[in-house]
Amino acid sequence: MPVSENSKGQKVWQLHTRNESLIRWFAYLLTVAAFMWCWAKISESTTWYFVWDAPRIAADIGGRALPPKWEYINELWVPIWDTLNIATLGTILALMMAVPVAFLAASNTTPSKVFVRPVALMIIVSTRSINSLIWALLLVSIIGPGVVAGLLAISIRSIGFCAKLLYEAIEEIDQKQIEAITATGASRWQVMLYGIVPQILPAFAGISVFRWDINIRESTVLGLVGAGGIGLQLQSSLNVLAWPQVALILVVILVAVVVGEWVSAKVRGAII
Amino acid sequence: MLKIDKLTKRYPTGDLALNAVELEIPKGQVVALIGPSGAGKSTLIRCINRLVQPTSGQAILNGVNITALGSGALRSARRKMGMIFQEYALVERLTVMENVLSGRLGYVGFWRSFLRKYSQEDIDEAFRLLDRVGLLAMADKRADELSGGQRQRVGIARALIQNPDLLLVDEPTASLDPKTSRQIMRLICELCAERELAAIINIHDVALAKMFVQRVIGLKLGELQFDGSPDQLTPEVLTRIYGEEDWEATIEKVDDEEAEDEAVL
Repeated sequence: MPVSENSKGQKVWQLHTRNESLIRWFAYLLTVAAFMWCWAKISESTTWYFVWDAPRIAADIGGRALPPKWEYINELWVPIWDTLNIATLGTILALMMAVPVAFLAASNTTPSKVFVRPVALMIIVSTRSINSLIWALLLVSIIGPGVVAGLLAISIRSIGFCAKLLYEAIEEIDQKQIEAITATGASRWQVMLYGIVPQILPAFAGISVFRWDINIRESTVLGLVGAGGIGLQLQSSLNVLAWPQVALILVVILVAVVVGEWVSAKVRGAII
Repeated sequence: MLKIDKLTKRYPTGDLALNAVELEIPKGQVVALIGPSGAGKSTLIRCINRLVQPTSGQAILNGVNITALGSGALRSARRKMGMIFQEYALVERLTVMENVLSGRLGYVGFWRSFLRKYSQEDIDEAFRLLDRVGLLAMADKRADELSGGQRQRVGIARALIQNPDLLLVDEPTASLDPKTSRQIMRLICELCAERELAAIINIHDVALAKMFVQRVIGLKLGELQFDGSPDQLTPEVLTRIYGEEDWEATIEKVDDEEAEDEAVL
C-alpha cells in the first residue's frame, strides 16, 4: 500500500511503495547496462575506417551524380508510367480480392467462425507477412520477368493489408443500424447493402487511397528484381555506375511519390 | 391481434430475461411497457420480431405464430411490425429519403434496392409520411445532419412506410429533451390512432407514459407485475414494479399536467 502515516499522524501517499521503487530503479539500471554492452559489441565489430571515410565517399558520389542527366528523362517516361500502372491496377486487383476476404474475416459477418474465419485470417496473415519485393522475386521466377509479375506481387501483398483494415472497420460498425434494417424484413444481402456498406464506405475509400499511395513507393523498386517499372532503369544505371542517371531516376521517383501523396490526401479529405 | 403465450427467454449466460410472459393486445391499442432497467422490456419486444430468439413460448400476430417461422416467412412477418429505436438507429450516411424508403426493403428485391429504384407508390407514400411528420423539406439531407427529434421522426416514418399492423417502440424518448419527448409520444399515439395500429412502447418515464397511453404493463425481472389502465398506477403498484421510493411526486405531476392539457383544450 502506498498510503502510510508519518510521525505527525498525517496520511502520506506515494505512487509506489519503497520496494516497487527499488525494483524500478534496478530495471532502469539493467536497461542502461545492456545498452552500453551492445554499443561496445557493435563498436568492436565495426571497421571504423570505412565509417570515418563515409562523408568523403558520399561527397564523391554526389559530385559524380550532379547534375542529373536531364536528357535521360526521355527513356524514363514509359517505365514511370508502367510503375504507376502497376501501383494502380495492383491496388484495384487487391481490393477486389480483399473485400470478400474482409467480410469472411469479420466476426460479425463471417458465415462460420469455426471454419471460414480462420481461413480468411490465414489469407490475411500470409499475404501481409511477405514483402512485395519477395513476392516479385517469386513471381518473376514463376511467370517470368515483366510488368505482370510486378502487378501480381503488389496486389498479393496488398490483400492482407486492405482486408485487415477493412474487417476491423466492419467489426466496429454500429450494430443498431443493422438491427433496424433487419427489423424491416430486409434480406441478408439488403442488410449488407443498407446497414453495413454505408458505414464502412469512408473506411474503404481511405484504405484504398492509402494503399495506392504505399504501392507507388513499392512499385518503384520492383524493377530491381526484374518485375517491371522504373526500378529496372535504376538497376541498370547502378550496374554501369551511371550516377547522373541514378540521380534523375531518384528525382522522378520523388516527384511520383509526392504526387501520389498529394492525390491521396485530397481524396481522403473529400470523403471524410 | 397480438397474442404472447408463455414467452420465455434465457440468455446463454443463464440470465432469465423473460419468464413465461402472457399478454394479449387488440387492434389499435397503445400499450406502455414500464419497469426498471434489466426487467426484460427490450428483450420482450425483440422477441416478438425475433431480433432476439425466444427460448420457448409463442408470439402470434394475426394468427401467425412468429416464433415458428423459417427465415423467408419471418421476413414477411417482420414487414408487418414496424420498429422504432431509442437512438433512432438511422443509417447515418444515407439521406432522409433513403432512410424512409429502407422501410420498404422487405417488399423490394435486391437489385431494385441496390439501384434505389423504388416504385412511384412507395415514393409518394414516403413524401406523404415525411409531410405528416413535418420533415418534407429535409428529404434530401443526410440523416446525421438532423437533430434528435427530427431523427426520431424519420425513424417513425421508416416504421410506418412498412404499412405495419404493430409498432414495437423501444425507449423512443430516452435521448430527447422533455418537450421533444412529448411531441414524439404525441405523434406516435396520433399516428397509431389514425391507422388503427397497435403499439408496445417501452418507456422509462412513467409520467409521460400515463399522459398518452390507454394501458400500462409493468415488468419486473422478466415477469408481469401489473396490467391495467394508467389511473390504476398507485404508489403501491409502482413500489411493486420498481421498489421502495416516494412515488407521490410522479403521480401528482401527471395529474397537474393533465389538468393543464385540459385547460389548454
